[in-house]
Amino acid sequence: MWRDSSRGWGLASIMIHWISALAIIGLFALGWWMTGLSYYDSWYQLAPWWHKSVGMLLLGLSILRVVWRLVQPTPTALGSRLERLAAHAGHGLLYLVIFTVLISGYLISTAEGQGIVVFDLFVIPALISKLPDQATLAGEIHWYAAWALMILALGHALAAFKHHLYDGNDTLRRMINPRFTRRSS
Amino acid sequence: MFKKTAIAALTAAALLPLSQAQAAEYVIDSDNQHAFIQFKISHLGYSYILGTFDDFTGQFTYDPQNLEAASVKINVDVTSLDTSHAERDKHILSGDFLEAQEYPEASFVSTGFEPTGEGQGKLTGDLTLHGVTQPITMQVEHIGGGEDPWGGYRQGFEGSTTLELADYDIDMSKFPPVMHELELYVVFEGVRQ
Repeated sequence: MWRDSSRGWGLASIMIHWISALAIIGLFALGWWMTGLSYYDSWYQLAPWWHKSVGMLLLGLSILRVVWRLVQPTPTALGSRLERLAAHAGHGLLYLVIFTVLISGYLISTAEGQGIVVFDLFVIPALISKLPDQATLAGEIHWYAAWALMILALGHALAAFKHHLYDGNDTLRRMINPRFTRRSS
Repeated sequence: MFKKTAIAALTAAALLPLSQAQAAEYVIDSDNQHAFIQFKISHLGYSYILGTFDDFTGQFTYDPQNLEAASVKINVDVTSLDTSHAERDKHILSGDFLEAQEYPEASFVSTGFEPTGEGQGKLTGDLTLHGVTQPITMQVEHIGGGEDPWGGYRQGFEGSTTLELADYDIDMSKFPPVMHELELYVVFEGVRQ
């Protein structure tokens, strides 16, 4: 039920996947909107507070996700050899870009040595600060990597629909229903 | 006796212009950060934001016998701005204010000095900030000087002035009038070369 198998994704992986998807799309929309707010907007302080809090929780979840992925069996990829190769490359790139966005975001707020407050509950300390022009450069990386992530995520979704509608295989169903972990193909 | 005195006087007279021409050169002690550039600007009229530019270099010439010849030159790395809050620094350095990617360097080159009292004076010069050069006048004061404990010889000064940000094409029109200007304070020690 919770664990992955070579046949499908367990509930833990499925939940992490969809929570991450929701958080990533929400953070992108929120981030885009809040960077355009004027100084006098009532959301000027609050929107970044939400963005940073959710972002840091997503960073924690993503680290957990990679650990889980490494200690669990990976479901066998479906499709032709070329498709499987492209899928592995695409997923690898997704992980890479997700962490690039998360870490660059962390490096903006911690550039002067201040930690990041997560929902006023706890503080993530600054580990790397005072690099030359850190906040601005990290901000640039954050912006472009976030766009790259949106484009990759769109490609990821389109590929899933292609497998579901055109190839008629279980790729998408496996990411929704944990029962595939037990069913034999 | 007379001859000796005459020679001494002549020698002194001959050396005098030379000593004047050789005003001592000092390099600002940036390495050990005995030098600060700070600014203070109103926040909404309620309090102040204090900030510094951490990275800058400079040199000056100083001759207590010929103060009018004093000169100073300072180059500032604008991206080293620090107001102790990363997002605010990023905002101040962005296109909304200092456009640091376009104008990463600020500088001050003195054009004249006029003593106004014991250890005090008015330093005039060209300040370049945000790609705009404007003549400014700074009230400066000689704090002290002499041998330091490590074999060097130092002189220290401080100075301050008020800048109208609009003069440097920095648009503050969205903010209350009290935020349209800032106070600049500079203090440094130079080590004689």
